[in-house]
Amino acid sequence: MPHDHHDHDHDGLSPSGHPYRPDQDTGLSYWQTMEIAVRELLIDKGVLTAARIAAQIEAMDARSPANGAAVVARYWTDPGFAAALLADGTTTVKEMGFDLGPMHLIALPNTDTLHNIIVCTLCSCYPRNLLGLPPDWYKSRAYRARTVREPRRVLAEFGVTLPEHVQVRVHDSTADMRYIVLPQRPAGTDGWDAARLATLVTRDSMIGTGLPKTAA
Amino acid sequence: MGGTAAGPVPDASHDFALWEKRVDALMVLCSGLGLFTVDGLRRVLEDMGPDAFASRSYYDRWIAAISQNLIEAGTFTTAELAERMAEVEARGQTYADAAAR
Amino acid sequence: MPTPLHAEPGTRVRVRDWAPPGHIRTPAYLRGHIGTVERVLGPFPNPEDLAYRRPGAPLPLYRVRFAASDLWPDATPGDTLEAEIYAHWLEDA
Repeated sequence: MPHDHHDHDHDGLSPSGHPYRPDQDTGLSYWQTMEIAVRELLIDKGVLTAARIAAQIEAMDARSPANGAAVVARYWTDPGFAAALLADGTTTVKEMGFDLGPMHLIALPNTDTLHNIIVCTLCSCYPRNLLGLPPDWYKSRAYRARTVREPRRVLAEFGVTLPEHVQVRVHDSTADMRYIVLPQRPAGTDGWDAARLATLVTRDSMIGTGLPKTAA
Repeated sequence: MGGTAAGPVPDASHDFALWEKRVDALMVLCSGLGLFTVDGLRRVLEDMGPDAFASRSYYDRWIAAISQNLIEAGTFTTAELAERMAEVEARGQTYADAAAR
Repeated sequence: MPTPLHAEPGTRVRVRDWAPPGHIRTPAYLRGHIGTVERVLGPFPNPEDLAYRRPGAPLPLYRVRFAASDLWPDATPGDTLEAEIYAHWLEDA
């Protein structure tokens, strides 16, 4: 089940590529009531404004895996950028216009003998300021519990089977760092420019649960 | 929970509902203002115990952690929150009705 | 608090086998295990203070690499795992 695919093959999807979930007309939950109350209290007390909350939502909505895909494609095509990205991911992506805020970014290059995969066993740490909000499965108990223990089985569920000579390295995102996997450039893409290469970079390939699309 | 046994990784994904995006925005903005730290939120999430993980959604748990931290910060009191939640609930049966004031 | 370990890349370290209550960012599955410092990060405020509304004392943070087969008996030989561990949770191995 390559998780990227079903997100992108349908009409009626949101800008982030997911089906819309109706939430305006179902029964009000206790926790939704709490959200409304907390938000109104913060506004009434002058801590926040409605406009500021709306702007934050808009800024988060604008972040998507396309940002990370642009980083990966440039890593594939620009050796100076690639060296800088590996030496200092935070500053290098910021210079591309992707500010990670208080977090720090480490870029993890895959090679012929190394495959990286990211998890957060303690909560749901994710490079959200680069890739947008994490997919549901990344936050699931199953992914968090199993990835550190049996990464190859988890990878197989995502449709990725690696030979034993390829080392799997799990990165448990336990503290102040955030991670992005740099997948290997697909074969048959000689001469492609960065914009065209970016179309091959999937969200899952930057988490390590997938591989880039192949050159069609 | 790292290393414990668990079933298959769920395949489903959903786009975020408006109320979920608002929870996320409140988290980012209030932590940016120094009202709490992400570690303070995580502490409350962990103290909920494993049952909460099974019975409540991700954003259910996060709004609970945010409101707990804001009470601890003195931003509002438990009574103020309770009173406002009662007001919100009285506005209607759906999120859209309850969020309109 | 014990003196936070000062380590360099390549230093062999053991994760303290502690089990206190409260908010901790050292995963339980790593406690007591030996790994190697891969890089030095930080300093970052101690999350065990931040979680309780106290200013966190700045601590070195280390990325530590473990052999998967040291953590799990059924791991594929050669596979590895890395995690960030704050200095006070590590001792020289």
